[in-house]
Amino acid sequence: MHELTDIYEYLRWRKRFPTVWCAGCGIGSIMGAIIRGIKDLAIPKDDIAFVAGIGCSSRMPVYLDFNTLHTTHGRALTFATGIKLHRPNMNVLVVSGDGDALAIGGNHFIHAARRNIDITLILINNGIYGMTGGQVAPTTPLGARTHTMPYGNIDPAFDSVELALAAGASFVARSTVYAIMQTTNYIKKAIKHIGFSMVEIISQCPTQYGRLNNTANPRELLLWQKEHAVPLATAKDMSKDDLKGKIITGVFRDTRQSEYTETYRQYVKKVQAEMEE
Amino acid sequence: MPLHRTTPEGYPVLFAQGNEACVYGAIHAGCNFFAGYPITPSTEITEGMAREMPRFNGIFIQMEDEIASIGAVIGASAAGAVAMSATSGPGFSLMQENIGYAYMVQLPLVIVNVQRAGPSTGLPTKLSQGDTMQARWGTHGDYTAIVVAAATVQETYNVTIRAFQLAERFSTPVVVLLDELIGHMREKLVLKEIKRLTPVQRTFPKIPPEWYFPYKEPLDMVAHPAPVGEGFRYSMTGLIHDKSGFPTAIPSEVNHRMEILKNKIMMHCQDIWNWKEHYTEDAKYLIVAYGSAARAARGAVETLRNRRIRVGLIDLKTIWPFPYRPLPQIAEKAKTKRVFVAENNMGQLIHPVREALPQNIKVHGIRRYDGYSLDPYEIVQLVKEKIYA
Repeated sequence: MHELTDIYEYLRWRKRFPTVWCAGCGIGSIMGAIIRGIKDLAIPKDDIAFVAGIGCSSRMPVYLDFNTLHTTHGRALTFATGIKLHRPNMNVLVVSGDGDALAIGGNHFIHAARRNIDITLILINNGIYGMTGGQVAPTTPLGARTHTMPYGNIDPAFDSVELALAAGASFVARSTVYAIMQTTNYIKKAIKHIGFSMVEIISQCPTQYGRLNNTANPRELLLWQKEHAVPLATAKDMSKDDLKGKIITGVFRDTRQSEYTETYRQYVKKVQAEMEE
Repeated sequence: MPLHRTTPEGYPVLFAQGNEACVYGAIHAGCNFFAGYPITPSTEITEGMAREMPRFNGIFIQMEDEIASIGAVIGASAAGAVAMSATSGPGFSLMQENIGYAYMVQLPLVIVNVQRAGPSTGLPTKLSQGDTMQARWGTHGDYTAIVVAAATVQETYNVTIRAFQLAERFSTPVVVLLDELIGHMREKLVLKEIKRLTPVQRTFPKIPPEWYFPYKEPLDMVAHPAPVGEGFRYSMTGLIHDKSGFPTAIPSEVNHRMEILKNKIMMHCQDIWNWKEHYTEDAKYLIVAYGSAARAARGAVETLRNRRIRVGLIDLKTIWPFPYRPLPQIAEKAKTKRVFVAENNMGQLIHPVREALPQNIKVHGIRRYDGYSLDPYEIVQLVKEKIYA
C-alpha cells in the first residue's frame, strides 16, 4: 500500500473511494488543489460548507470531509446563498462545472456575482458535458465535435471571466490544471477574499472531449493547456488575432467591495434603530 | 404593527388580508428566513416579510427567480434556519425540482402557494384551486407530502403556524395551499399566538459527531439531519442515500429510503389530519371542500338545512395526506347516500374522495373554473338537482 499523503485527512477515502472520475480527468487534481489551499489556510473542517450541483465536478462534495451539500443541477449557488446568509461566519465554497454554472445556472451565477456575497465559486471548465456522455456545453469551442454537435459546434462560447467581471464579482481569476501550483494559489486567494470570488480552472476531459476531438491522451491534453495558456501580463501586449484560441490566465480583478451579508447586517441595524425612535 | 384594538384577553385584533395573516403567522411561529420572488396573488406575503424580517433579526432576500428562492430557503434550512417562501402557480411549478430535493434530504421548510388560475399564466388575479394535485404530486418520483389549507383569514394565521410545527416535527416541506380569494380577502384576525406560543426551534442531535448518522431513523421514523456548521460533518445529497448520507444504489437500501419517505408521514396521519365538520351527524348528503370552495359550501349547507334537507359539510384543513380513513367513517355513521365535492377546478379533490368511499355512495363534482368563487346558490341548485333527479 502506498504512503498516505497529507491530503487524506480531508478525504472520505475509506468510505467513498474510488471516485466516479475517469482516468486522466483533471477534476481530481483540482480537488487536491482545493484541499491543499484549505490546509494551508488552516480553516477548520467544520467551518466549511462545500456545495455543488450536478455533473462530474459536482460529485466532489461526496468525497470531501466537510459539511457537504450535493444539490440540484445548476442551483448550487442559490443553496450556498441561503447557507451564507444564515451563517455568515462559515466559509462557503461552491464547485461547479461549466454546464452547471453557465448554462442551467447562468442566472444564479450573475446574480450571486452582482450581490457580491462572500461565496467562493470554483468553476471547472472542461468544455463539454462529461457525465451525460459528451454533449455540447456553453464553453465548447467553435467547431469542436460533441454528441449533440456531431458535425462541429456552431454555438459561440461563453467567457466566464468576462461574465463574472461584468456581473460585479470582486475576485476573478483563471488558471489551468497544468499549472496546478498557480491554481492552488488562486484558490487560496479566492477563499481568503471577502466578497464573491470566482476561479475558472481549465480542465481536460479525455474520455468525452478528447476522444471526440483528435486525442484521448491526457498528457497531450495537458500539454495543450501549457501551450495555449498566456499570462495576463503577456496578453496585454498581444493583438486580438494572436490571442485567438489562447487561454488568458491570471487574476483579473481583486478588489474589496461591500459584501452582501455585511451590508445586510447594517441594514438590519438601521431598521431596528428607526424602530426605536 | 399598526395601532390596533385588543380582545378582552389582550390579544390584538386586526382587519387583515389572508396574505397578511400568513405573514403574522410565520413570524409568531419563529420564521427567521424568507426568500421569495414577487408573483400575484402572493406578493403581499413577500412584501410583508420584507417589512417584518429585519425587525425580528430575520433574513429577507428577494432572489432572481422562484428556483433560486426555494434554493436559498433549502440552503438556509440546511444551515438551521426556520425558513419559508411564498409563491403562486407558475412559481410553484418552477420550484418543484428543488422541493423534491428537500423531500429527499428531509429538511423542514414551509412553502405558501396562493393559488391562481392556470395552466401557464392563466388568470393571475383570479381564484382557482388548480394546484390541489400539484401540491401532492408536483415533483418527480414517489414521496408523501403534507399540504394544509385554510378557508378564513383567521385560519390562515393558525394554519401557517401549524405548518411550521408540522415541518419541524416531520422534518419535511409543508405546503400551505391558499387561494386568491383567501389571500386578498379582509376579515377579522385575532393574533392569539402572539405571546403564548413558543417559536419553532430546530432539532439538534444529542449524540457526539463520531456516532452520528444523519439519516438513521429513530422509532418514529423521522430523522432530523443536523444543521450545517454544528460540528456534524456529513454528506447531504439528492441521490438516494444510506443512513450516513452517502449515495447508494443497493436495492435494499433504496427500498428502505423510499419507504421511510412515505411512512414517516403515513404512520403519523392521525396527528396530521385535520378538518372541520358542519352538520355531519345526520348528513344524508355530504359536501367535501376546502378553502374558498368550503366557504361557499358552508352557505349552501345553511340554506339547504333551512329547507329541511339533511346536508353536511367537511371542510378539509389538511388535504394531504388525505383523510382516507375518517371520511368513510363519517359517511357510514351518518348513513350518507351521496357525496358532493365542491372545488374551483375541473375536478381534482374528487379523486381521493372517490377512492376513499365505498362503491355504494355516489360521488358528484361541483366545479367552477372561470376564475370566480363558487356561488352558494349554485351549489344549492346542483345538490337539489341530483337529489331529486
